[in-house]
Amino acid sequence: MDMGLALQARDVRMEYVDQATGDRLLAIDRVDIDIAEGQFVSIVGPSGCGKSTFLKIVNGLFPATAGTIEIRQSPKGVAHAMVFQDSSLFPWYDIVDNVAYGLVCQGVPRKEAQRRAQPLIDLVSLTGFEGKFPYQLSGGMQQRANLARALTVDPEILLMDEPFAALDAQTRELMQAELLRIWNEANKTVLFITHQIDEAIYLSDRVLVMSARPGRILADITIDLRRPRKLEIKRTPEFIAYADQIWGLISTQLKPHIHDKAAHPGGEAVA
Amino acid sequence: MSVAVASQPLRPRPRNRLARALMNERLLYGLAGVVLFLLVWEVGSRVGVIDRAFFGRPTGIVEAGMKEVQTPRFWGDLAASFFEFASGFILAIILGIPIGLAAGRFRRLQYALDPWLNFFNSLPRIALLPVLVIMFGVFGPASKIAVVFLGAFFSIVIPTMQGVRTTDARFVDVARSFRASEWLMFRSVVIPSTVPFIITGLRLGVARALIGVVTAELYTQTEGIGVLIRRATELRQGDRALFGVLLFTISGIIGVESIRRVEARFQKWRPATSLDRR
Repeated sequence: MDMGLALQARDVRMEYVDQATGDRLLAIDRVDIDIAEGQFVSIVGPSGCGKSTFLKIVNGLFPATAGTIEIRQSPKGVAHAMVFQDSSLFPWYDIVDNVAYGLVCQGVPRKEAQRRAQPLIDLVSLTGFEGKFPYQLSGGMQQRANLARALTVDPEILLMDEPFAALDAQTRELMQAELLRIWNEANKTVLFITHQIDEAIYLSDRVLVMSARPGRILADITIDLRRPRKLEIKRTPEFIAYADQIWGLISTQLKPHIHDKAAHPGGEAVA
Repeated sequence: MSVAVASQPLRPRPRNRLARALMNERLLYGLAGVVLFLLVWEVGSRVGVIDRAFFGRPTGIVEAGMKEVQTPRFWGDLAASFFEFASGFILAIILGIPIGLAAGRFRRLQYALDPWLNFFNSLPRIALLPVLVIMFGVFGPASKIAVVFLGAFFSIVIPTMQGVRTTDARFVDVARSFRASEWLMFRSVVIPSTVPFIITGLRLGVARALIGVVTAELYTQTEGIGVLIRRATELRQGDRALFGVLLFTISGIIGVESIRRVEARFQKWRPATSLDRR
């Protein structure tokens, strides 16, 4: 892998086979991605294009059919950690145990894991909510805890799978600004999946546009907006120009096709 | 134009406990229903409309109970019944929960156990009673423990197994993504989400275990509260027989209530449903 890269994906391909019918479905094909250390990179694309699938492959939840993904190994911490979509906190754990979970998985004793989770709880502004259960928190606060849980294991690269998709529009905006603040402090490489174009532009150094299935990288757009970015930046002409450019690319992908059931990975992966 | 909405004056919440209990409609009407029924029974029996020899009467049951607890035989019977129930039920828990968890986790084990689970669950277990008595002997607790065990075991195993199989894939993904060991994943995800199913199993199990105690005792007639009931009915002592029945009912209530306590202990992470809030 090249120096200074946190992640390098080469020629990644994912094919599903429907167990019942034997039909093959090509979810993603020939995906090449380089992410430099410390960069914030988003992938946007039409729904069902395989962007979440790609993230799950990076996360090691299932193997790709072909291709390689390399992630820089840091001496301490782990290679990657995932911030899942909504309600992925364990409802039977309180917030501190949820945030400490990644460390417990590494064999850290529970008490010490809780102690090491505390700075991250503070970072995401959940101080005082350690003993609450997830149902006692709002959606935005749950996603803060979700983010803290991933940061606790000190990953080389943070994977985020549409983490704000279930939030209402206002909370979502606030969480975007919060994420930039936390990213700035935590100093992490981020790979962020979303279907919201403005979210991708606002957060990222680079936005990768994915094609309709089979997912491929259509464009790699560098977002040249000064940081730190305030939410008001979304109304500037530069921002809107980026949004138009990306929307133009995505709209070519939205052919009026019949949405077949196989669009979602229900079948078994071809290893 | 404006619409006036009449507001109801707020009724102050009474401070004292009794006053608050009296305002609780559910409790009030429940209590009234019970008292009325007991009153009709008592008066009917005293007037002679209800035959005391068969149906007893509330005050008679209390009297019979007071007399009964003074006999040494009663305590022997109570201890015997309790021992049979407790041993059979605890054995069912000790074996039922781990086997249910394992069968839920390992598909092949479930396939292997399925025919047996279906067979014993469909079988009217009472029909096995004479056979169990031959196997384990008329005297002594063994045959009764076996009946109690068979009653409770399947009620626990089957829901536990199903609970494991309904574990939410999202949470399994989280555990896998953080590289939890298989055992940690089981402990942190599968078991907590299976607890409600286990509790359901225990609740069904208590009822079935009690049925087991009663039937086995009525059948073998060696010792226990079941024998007390049988003896009393043979002597046409309705009050005394009903005292025995009352004891079983109280045991059932204690059993279910203790399970509810255990449940509350494990379920504090669950939001109160709108049904609970009323």
